[in-house]
Amino acid sequence: MNLSALVEPDRVHKTVYTDPQIFDREMERIWERTWVYCGHESQVPKPGDYYAVTIGRQPMIMIRQGPGSESGSVNVLYNRCPHRGVQLVGNLKGNTGSAFVCSYHAWSFHLDGSVRAIPLAKGYEGTRMTKDNPDCGMKRAARVDSYRGFVFASLVDEGPSLPEFLGEAKIAFDDMCDRSPVGEVEVVPICHRVMQHSNWKFFMENQLDALHPSVTHQSTGISAGRVEKRLKAETGAAPLYYHYLSTFASSFEQWDAVQTINFPHGHGILKAYMGLRPRDPDTLEYEALLTKAYGEAKTEAYLSRSIHHVLVYPYLSVQSPLQQLRCLRPVGPDRTMSEIWHFRLKGAPEAIYRRSLWYYNLVNSPATMINADDLENWSKGQWGLQSNGGDWVSFHRWFGDDREENGVTYSNHGTSEAVMRNQFKAWSQYMQEAI
Amino acid sequence: MSAVDDAPGRTPGRSQAGPDPLGGSVAAHGGRGASIPSAGPDFAHLLAQDVVIEQNEEQARTGAQRVEPDHSPRGATQFAHAVPRPGLVVATAAGPDVQREVEQFLYAQAELLDGKHWQAWIDLFADGGVYWMPVMPEQTEWEGSPSIFAEDKLMMEIRKGRVSHPNAWSQAPMWETNHLVGQVALESVTDTEVRVRSRFQMMELRRDAVRHFGGSYRHTLVRDGSGALKIRLQRVDLFNGQAPFDYVLQIWV
Repeated sequence: MNLSALVEPDRVHKTVYTDPQIFDREMERIWERTWVYCGHESQVPKPGDYYAVTIGRQPMIMIRQGPGSESGSVNVLYNRCPHRGVQLVGNLKGNTGSAFVCSYHAWSFHLDGSVRAIPLAKGYEGTRMTKDNPDCGMKRAARVDSYRGFVFASLVDEGPSLPEFLGEAKIAFDDMCDRSPVGEVEVVPICHRVMQHSNWKFFMENQLDALHPSVTHQSTGISAGRVEKRLKAETGAAPLYYHYLSTFASSFEQWDAVQTINFPHGHGILKAYMGLRPRDPDTLEYEALLTKAYGEAKTEAYLSRSIHHVLVYPYLSVQSPLQQLRCLRPVGPDRTMSEIWHFRLKGAPEAIYRRSLWYYNLVNSPATMINADDLENWSKGQWGLQSNGGDWVSFHRWFGDDREENGVTYSNHGTSEAVMRNQFKAWSQYMQEAI
Repeated sequence: MSAVDDAPGRTPGRSQAGPDPLGGSVAAHGGRGASIPSAGPDFAHLLAQDVVIEQNEEQARTGAQRVEPDHSPRGATQFAHAVPRPGLVVATAAGPDVQREVEQFLYAQAELLDGKHWQAWIDLFADGGVYWMPVMPEQTEWEGSPSIFAEDKLMMEIRKGRVSHPNAWSQAPMWETNHLVGQVALESVTDTEVRVRSRFQMMELRRDAVRHFGGSYRHTLVRDGSGALKIRLQRVDLFNGQAPFDYVLQIWV
């Protein structure tokens, strides 16, 4: 398969969204090599706490270590017994105690994956499967690292380190954590999972696509704007969460005035700021806490960052100012699971948590008034691309108008399709070159 | 060969000057000027430039509304059927049968949803009434909880306005629901308030696919001035609320 013929600087061939062989290659060359987000350390606070997570096509376990050489750290293991291959945990999450025990023949393993006991071990004497053989332990992810509490794993030894992979996109986690007076977040222990009937690329492109909101989401934006306006007229103010929704119906010009910054590895930022700093007592109390912790200059720098979304390509969309994160787990060329998480700013007032919770409930919950229309677009997009009605997907908007410096592409227009062009640049490198 | 023949010749840094083909003016954002911040390598500096987006009241038309002529032939959905009324409850010598009155109320609630009578459904709620679908059964407070739905009457009005808008794209595909309500058990009854739990099953058709939801309702009902029941709280616990959602829920369950 000649992949280089499928991606041109200004357009891509439809098969990159639809072809099962290309999907398999994406799993092999991208997901099962690069750093993939597993979860947040606070999902597994106690020794033995685990969370099952899929990396590419691989069933993995994120597990908090007990006492020992790796005391308290978080490890990532393959969810597979080395004896006959049975998965060692059968639930999405839980606590496995001090050991994994296989439900088939009772092989057991320490929390670091090394074998603890094999029943009737005598039966293995003289074979190659004795306890001192590392193959008798659970296989570990080649590399595990974390950044500000967010855990990533890579299934190969070679390639960039996690900081190198994240590059400037690490701002996603800095921006989220810096908004806490103690510099940390903890997970809200609920994960919404929504299956989209479309290729994962639709989601990643959509997140920084500033032209679509006022088209796709106008029904909600207009409806919310109407009620917001009435409330303001009647009572002088409307809660901030009406604004979350009405913003989606901002004009083309407003969205075009936003900028995208597009990094190596396909990462990117959609700037713009939804006005999260009203002068109400809760916000003032919160800002006073930050000022006490960081001083005025840093607090101002943290709170005035202009970030709407940060993308960690090819699977993560982080809305750091509102502490939300969506992670993609592709299932097939036309099936993508998204996992939706919310985080709490440690040390921040309850009111600040509740304020961003509204965004989680209204925009990111399974009863979303926003993503319902995105998902509809992506399904129809997938069906359209499966047709013979055309071969190419166009990314020509403002082609040639972006400014590139040191591998970073700055759009001169919010609606520039620089976002997609940059993502496919990274995609081509992943798919064709050694990493 | 290229479908777009002007693309290769375009020079980087093409001027942004010239009349805006859509005719609108760029509003000032966050007190700053209208121009795009000049791109540069100073990443931290760039992020500090505040661009606030918000719906502009002077410029009510947005997105596809800007495209002329009217691209969307659809209007708000018209309903052929009259709003169903709750079934009759026959009074006995001992007075009104609250069990049957409440059953008929719950059936009517479900019928209004299945019939897409959104306003009549919202009108079932008392002032200050809340529709809440928590994520987990152990949640107790509708505010401050991660929820699937957490809506007061104003938010219901937004949702109703959204699904009724001609450009609610996800409403274009045919869809229907069918509720079945049962196991209606009164938990407490006073002159002013009734607490009742029940179970429901709901099937939903969307395009060619059927989804199945089930769970329990817990209603706190109050009586208005005329003695009619109104919903103070409708709590909906989906038994499959933490299972993956194949697509999302667009309307109340």
